[in-house]
Amino acid sequence: MATKKFMYVNRKAPYGTVYALEALEVVLIAAAFEQDISLAFIDDGVYQITKEQSTDGIGMKNFSATYKALGDYDINKIYVEKESLDDRGLTADDLMPLVWEDEDDDWAEKPSIKIVSREEMAAVLAAQDVHYSF
Amino acid sequence: MKFTVMINEGPYQHQSSDSALQFCRAVLAEGHDIFRVFFYNDGVNNGTRLSVPPKDDRQLQKEWSQLAKDHSLDMVICIAAAQRRGLMDASEAERQGLDANNIIDGFHISGLGQLIEGSIQSDRTVIFGD
Amino acid sequence: MAMLHIVNKSPFERVAFKSCLDHALAGDSILMIEDAAVGATDGTIFSEELKAAMADKSVYVLGGDLAARGVSEDRMIDGIKVVDYAGFVNLTVENDTTQSWV
Repeated sequence: MATKKFMYVNRKAPYGTVYALEALEVVLIAAAFEQDISLAFIDDGVYQITKEQSTDGIGMKNFSATYKALGDYDINKIYVEKESLDDRGLTADDLMPLVWEDEDDDWAEKPSIKIVSREEMAAVLAAQDVHYSF
Repeated sequence: MKFTVMINEGPYQHQSSDSALQFCRAVLAEGHDIFRVFFYNDGVNNGTRLSVPPKDDRQLQKEWSQLAKDHSLDMVICIAAAQRRGLMDASEAERQGLDANNIIDGFHISGLGQLIEGSIQSDRTVIFGD
Repeated sequence: MAMLHIVNKSPFERVAFKSCLDHALAGDSILMIEDAAVGATDGTIFSEELKAAMADKSVYVLGGDLAARGVSEDRMIDGIKVVDYAGFVNLTVENDTTQSWV
């Protein structure tokens, strides 16, 4: 099968609606199809990957750890928009450290998250073949 | 051109099912092909045959079902989303030990891989959601 | 690669439309459907921003959605094109990709 560039655009906070979780479920299935996968976190989507999420008080399963597993599926192009962080009083330090291991570099652990400007994000979005948004 | 269309919202609650239905009809009227229609999130509720809207309202599930029949469309309900929301076909209901099933003709239940494959095989993927 | 951006949220209620404008590139097309159709109205707190985007992007509205919300075409921003569902399909064909700003 041909390889296409798939972009998962995440713009919604987790838990309030099911979109973040069900987007993540698609990403995990997609990993088996050997396509070129990227994730974008824009607007409230940045809250999906904040660290120290606790769902003890809401009776829902905390699925944030699943993002940390993405590197094991060779999903390592995770773009986070700087303006979206800034607008919400967040910085890169508020995000989970998402990493992958580079087999061509003696399995060195490398960051998956790229903080990009809005302009860079627009260019990344424009370079994709398929845009999934949930 | 080949299209895959994804619907992420339930009928009546949100316009996305209406919009997607009209879009699919137009795709076919313009001479294009629909490779697959994939129903995800609350969109799976478009596939129940137990919906009884008022007589003077549109009959969304039946209209989708009819469209599938008229054009031999491949309309897939995501199994994970369907299980959460109580959408079952006969074999899945039996597998789960349930006493009923509720899928309308023209839809079938399958996995998320069908969405990915649809987008790989199609020239365009168009998403209708909230 | 030109992209069709599909927006379905009113610009007066959610940031999706603004976010779309912030990420659309010159040569792209923007189609307003469902609640986003109200964004086609001139003389609103949003109209100047949309007009600015129209300098290098094409903007369309689904006629049925506009009419359903009681916005007559003579109240629209000049230069917005009204399309039907066939026009919607053609826009998806003419552009290389589509993105829905849901």
